Amino acid sequence: MTTLDQLLPGQTAQIVRIDGFDGIASRLREMGFVPGQSVQFLRSAPLGDPLKCAVQGGRVAVRSGEARRVFIEPTPPAKGS
Amino acid sequence: MASTASSNSGDKALTPSGESFRVALVGNPNTGKSTLFNALAGMNVRTGNYPGVTIEKKVGRCDLGDASSTNTDHKRFVIDLIDLPGTYSLAPRSPDEMVAVEVLTGDLTNESPIDLVVCVMNATMLQRNLFLVSQVLELGKPTIIALNMIDTAEGRGIVIDTELLKKNIGATVVSISASRRSGIGELRRAMRHELENIEKAGAGKTERDRPLPEGFYEVCSELRQSLVKTACTTESLGRRDQSQSVLPDQYLIERLLLDRGGEAERRAVRQFGAAVLPSISSAREKLADLVGDPTDMECSARYSWAAKSLQGVVSTKKAMPRNATDWLDAILTHRVLGVVCFFAMMFTIFQCIYSFSSYPMQAIEYLTGLASDWVVSIVPPGMLRSLLVDGVIAGVGGVLIFLPQIALLFFFLALLEDCGYMARAAFLVDRVMTLFGLSGKSFLPMMSSFACAVPGVMATRVIENRRDRFATIMVAPLMSCSARLPVYLLMIGAFVPSTAYLGGWFSSQALVLMAMYLVGVVVAIPIAWLLKRTLLRGEVAPFVLELPEYKIPSASVLFSRVWEASKEFVVRAGTLIFAASILIWFAGFWPGDHSRQFSLERQIESETESFAEIVPDTEEASGTLIPSTLPPEAEAKAAQIEKLEAEHRNLSAALLENSVLGKIGHVIAPVVKPLGWDWRIGVGAVASFPAREVIISTLGTIYSLGGEVDEEDDSLIAAMRASTWPDGRPVFTVPVALSIMVFFALCAQCVSTLLVIKRETNSWFWPALSFTYMTVLAYVAALATYQVGSRFFS
Repeated sequence: MTTLDQLLPGQTAQIVRIDGFDGIASRLREMGFVPGQSVQFLRSAPLGDPLKCAVQGGRVAVRSGEARRVFIEPTPPAKGS
Repeated sequence: MASTASSNSGDKALTPSGESFRVALVGNPNTGKSTLFNALAGMNVRTGNYPGVTIEKKVGRCDLGDASSTNTDHKRFVIDLIDLPGTYSLAPRSPDEMVAVEVLTGDLTNESPIDLVVCVMNATMLQRNLFLVSQVLELGKPTIIALNMIDTAEGRGIVIDTELLKKNIGATVVSISASRRSGIGELRRAMRHELENIEKAGAGKTERDRPLPEGFYEVCSELRQSLVKTACTTESLGRRDQSQSVLPDQYLIERLLLDRGGEAERRAVRQFGAAVLPSISSAREKLADLVGDPTDMECSARYSWAAKSLQGVVSTKKAMPRNATDWLDAILTHRVLGVVCFFAMMFTIFQCIYSFSSYPMQAIEYLTGLASDWVVSIVPPGMLRSLLVDGVIAGVGGVLIFLPQIALLFFFLALLEDCGYMARAAFLVDRVMTLFGLSGKSFLPMMSSFACAVPGVMATRVIENRRDRFATIMVAPLMSCSARLPVYLLMIGAFVPSTAYLGGWFSSQALVLMAMYLVGVVVAIPIAWLLKRTLLRGEVAPFVLELPEYKIPSASVLFSRVWEASKEFVVRAGTLIFAASILIWFAGFWPGDHSRQFSLERQIESETESFAEIVPDTEEASGTLIPSTLPPEAEAKAAQIEKLEAEHRNLSAALLENSVLGKIGHVIAPVVKPLGWDWRIGVGAVASFPAREVIISTLGTIYSLGGEVDEEDDSLIAAMRASTWPDGRPVFTVPVALSIMVFFALCAQCVSTLLVIKRETNSWFWPALSFTYMTVLAYVAALATYQVGSRFFS
């Protein structure tokens, strides 16, 4: 298990859990970061932060600090892509 | 509120209690909620603030058409449509978010409860949008789902079975496309239908399947009971019924249980005292034993409810095509190309604002001139004329002149926001902005402030974190706005030598001008940094920003944003600027016997008239233009007019010196002396409190020229160059000019900005702080500039 900020661009993973119950964690949950959902890391901003991810059919930018709270299980790259 | 009183005539549909129906519009951000609001309410919108918070209150009047034919008395269905800020969830974490929830639950004092909720959903992102829908449905209000962007979804081959969705979630579902205005009529009919039902059957809680586990609702009602008990013991022993009504809505009790450290909890502690905390935490423990951690439980329950509701609802006909948004993002957020595009876009916007606004600005200036000529032609010289021309027209006109810039700026801001680029700009610059404690969302407000801090401060509404927003509001006025430019131009033009460097590519004048623009930016960084470590200290705001799909901006949204911003600017700032202008005029006018001045004015006017009779084709009334071909009698007249005007100038200056403003000038003379300023510059600085540009007309007045001078006026420059201290040294030197410019670069001499800060922060503390810190900073920086500069230049 690793965290969202460790993914490589284009890589997809399964969300395992979100760390914490504060405002940031709640915001992540509301935006679709919930256990069981798949998340894809798309690209990072020019200076390396924030990160652009695809989750629940939408695109969300998070800072790597927030991404570290999203625990994930990387899925093997899809065939044919 | 009483605002609905106008609808209390007999021909309209009303709630059983006799008010017009209130319909709330809720939805996630980027669901096209504003476009739908415009489609429903049109231009019929009132905006304001909810008391005590910074949320904009936006209410539109919306006509749902004639009531159905079964209704014999032909009622019109005119409703109040309340636009709530876009939100991902109804879990209030701040007083601002609480207001939105309280509008929905009906807990807000002075606001009647909502009769119907219209929840806007993005048809391309149903599952995530259903999270909010599940919370909205729990409010127990009649609810209609407006399934927006149905055309986009269809274009991607997504087919949605709305009938099944309606059955699954227990609320009416209407497919619409707000941007194409399709399905709006159907939505109106659905709204009318629901409201007619309420009219017949009366309001009541709508019972639906509850998404959370049963155990949760049991713990909830236990918590409710213990709250009733606490309320009874703390305030009114035995008066059980009353304390029952004091209790918040059932939904807020659920939030109290679910949100640790949330606003519902703070509200309960404020209402019932800290005594409620043990019962809350024991209820949470019980809940944890029953169904697991409350927050996780809520999320997974709502998302599984969403998944269940969507079962069989969505079918995708064809494979998803390569998305235009990802393709555009590959360029616009690219490491190199993205940054290039970003700067190119910002440059273009500023170029447009400067070049496009110059014509309307000239037009406004011309109209102001016409108005003042008109007043002069019908009002005889006297106090009334002085008040109208020098006070009202000069003051209000001086502010109105910024209207084109504000309208253009808001047009571009709305354009960037509505097409989806704004979120990308925030994404690109976030890393840089975090270095000094701000976030990517602060960038555009600060950028806007280079045109004018008023729209800049208003643009901070996009920052939802209060501390980030306030820090941005505090530093935005440091950006060099367009009102400082006339001051820079006057000082640079008069006192900075035009030495060219590097073969004419750089002139010292341009370099000084650029330095003035940089001063604000350089100072803003430590100020923001300091604020975020002192007054606005707190947990780092989350930067979780949705990057919506790019779309063609909606013309109605652009138009209404520009219209609202312009209207607000003219009405709000206009009325207060009006008052401030009169005040400054009065301080410069009173006390003093102006009868001689007025009689001089009358004399000058009659002499000018007779001069014009002798030389009919001369439009030049000031007498400064005396062609050598004039007949001798005209020449004599011209000379006399000159003489009268000189006397008038000297008299005006003397009157000003003895007025309240002049007295103030002499009081502050010792204060501004270390800056290298004489009392006249001091008066200029004080008089320019309403707006920085006022210093130019004030200096003009003081230098015996009368109020009508601008930065190009050579004679003002000449008068300033000739001006001396009592001992004969020149007042204006390069260090003095620099010190004046630095002062105006950093000071808070702008009533409109301070008032807009007051309005946006809803407190007098922040404008007071702005004014204090900027004035202190401006003084210290001007002092340092002069002291260092005068050693360097001598």
